[in-house]
Amino acid sequence: MPGSTANVSVHDVVVQTTALTRTFGELTAVDHVTLSVNRGEIFGLIGPNGAGKSTLIKMLTTLLPPSSGTATVAGCDIVREPAQVRRQIGYVPQLLSADGSLTGYENLLLSARLYGVPRKERAQRINGALKRMGLMEAANRVVGHFSGGMIRRLEIAQSLLHRPPVLFLDEPTVGLDPSAREAVWERVLDLRNTFQRTMIVTSHHMDEIDEFCDRIALIDHGGIVAVGTPSELKALVAPDATLDDVFVRLLGAGNEAGESYGDVRRARRAAREHG
Amino acid sequence: MAMSGEHVALPESTAEASRRPALGDYATQTFAVAAAEVQKLYHDPLELLTRAVQPVLWLMLFGEVMARVRGVAPGNVPYLDFLAGGILAQSVLFVAIFYGIAAIWELDLGVLQRYLVSPAPRSALVLGKAMSGGVRALSQALIVYILALLLGVGIDLHILSIIGVAAVIVLGSALFSTLSLIIACIVRTRERFMGIGQVITMPIFFASNAIYPLSLMPRWLNIVSHINPLTYEVDALRALMLVKGTPDYGLPLDFAILLATTAVLTAIAARLYRRMGY
Repeated sequence: MPGSTANVSVHDVVVQTTALTRTFGELTAVDHVTLSVNRGEIFGLIGPNGAGKSTLIKMLTTLLPPSSGTATVAGCDIVREPAQVRRQIGYVPQLLSADGSLTGYENLLLSARLYGVPRKERAQRINGALKRMGLMEAANRVVGHFSGGMIRRLEIAQSLLHRPPVLFLDEPTVGLDPSAREAVWERVLDLRNTFQRTMIVTSHHMDEIDEFCDRIALIDHGGIVAVGTPSELKALVAPDATLDDVFVRLLGAGNEAGESYGDVRRARRAAREHG
Repeated sequence: MAMSGEHVALPESTAEASRRPALGDYATQTFAVAAAEVQKLYHDPLELLTRAVQPVLWLMLFGEVMARVRGVAPGNVPYLDFLAGGILAQSVLFVAIFYGIAAIWELDLGVLQRYLVSPAPRSALVLGKAMSGGVRALSQALIVYILALLLGVGIDLHILSIIGVAAVIVLGSALFSTLSLIIACIVRTRERFMGIGQVITMPIFFASNAIYPLSLMPRWLNIVSHINPLTYEVDALRALMLVKGTPDYGLPLDFAILLATTAVLTAIAARLYRRMGY
């Protein structure tokens, strides 16, 4: 049953941040964040646009070095051992990461080669991932003709080929219709339940977060506002509160200093030109 | 290690993580990036045809007229023969120098982040991209060869010469696409890049021996052309592709300069490329 499999037996910490901080000039995007995520957890990061979620994920995925503080991911330090961290993580970014000019299979082959999956195992693992994500029939079609939900599932498949213990999903259901969203979450749960992958997820759909995440961190102005299970956080606000209420009461409106014009321009242009 | 029933780690959950990177990985990763680009060309080959138009126009319009001007080509080489190598180098340059646009496009889409979170060394990523530019350029070489033969240019069809030409083209293309990538990493938007791309293409092309010999140049331009890597690319191409071709600087020097420049540019690009994810 979704969400109720939180009786994770092995409570070892897989992701640990320590006073993790990132500044851009005057702006402190992430401000002394200390967090830990346990093995096999689906951990939600929620907060208004520009709260610092993406910056936090960029640091944990080694795309961006922190200004101060550090973090370990699966035992590797993001500052001292970024190359090792990259071997331990899968990342499905908010923007597109599947190449629209390649077929599904070719996209997976590219990932398998980049991540050093042994040649003998590539075909088998790619086919396994395609099957798991329900993309077997579409394997040899060019991704430019995929639906949004299929692209997302392909991207998750891409991020899994090297069997990383930790997976980062940055708004995996953004722009998808309800049934495509359901399909994505089904696969995410399946991966966690079958292989004990740890997932760190962001989303603006509070209903999804409520249903599928074991624990949540509320982030605003670069800092942690609260951490807990969905029920714990709801209880903070009111006995019959929804997670939407939690969001509005504890986080408030979006930050003016959030996403830059360049980010928005980039995301919108990419979305438009890719159809 | 005791774990409750359904949470037992299946064999599949042993990550690649603990593997140490092997030497062969670097080659595989470089190849992976280049192979992906070749697969894209395979799905949409129209691009190759449209790119063939430019060298055809240069050879047939510019070349045919300039061939009537006496004294441009050095020695007893017909001008069209002299021009063929230059135009080949130029086609490669024009494709490669706008290569950075593709990198900015990938940044905007998000595809670039996918490369950056992978454990592949940044230089392998850059080199793979550079090699793929070379593959595109080879298709143009084929067009130039066919046309040059039709126009009666004394092309050397010995297999070793052809392999040599292919090597120079891949190297030249890698050099200028890496330069282009460096510019892309610095300017980061397509609008700015287009402007700069136009501005630097002209001097690289005209301050070289591509369409006239350096001996015709005033001294200052002659010096500039001698530090332009395109000059050495053209020199090697002419020497290898023409029956009567002889290099001005010697093939070892030509190759050494192209290789060294590409290596330096790759090292710079690898440093800048990692910052593209910020």
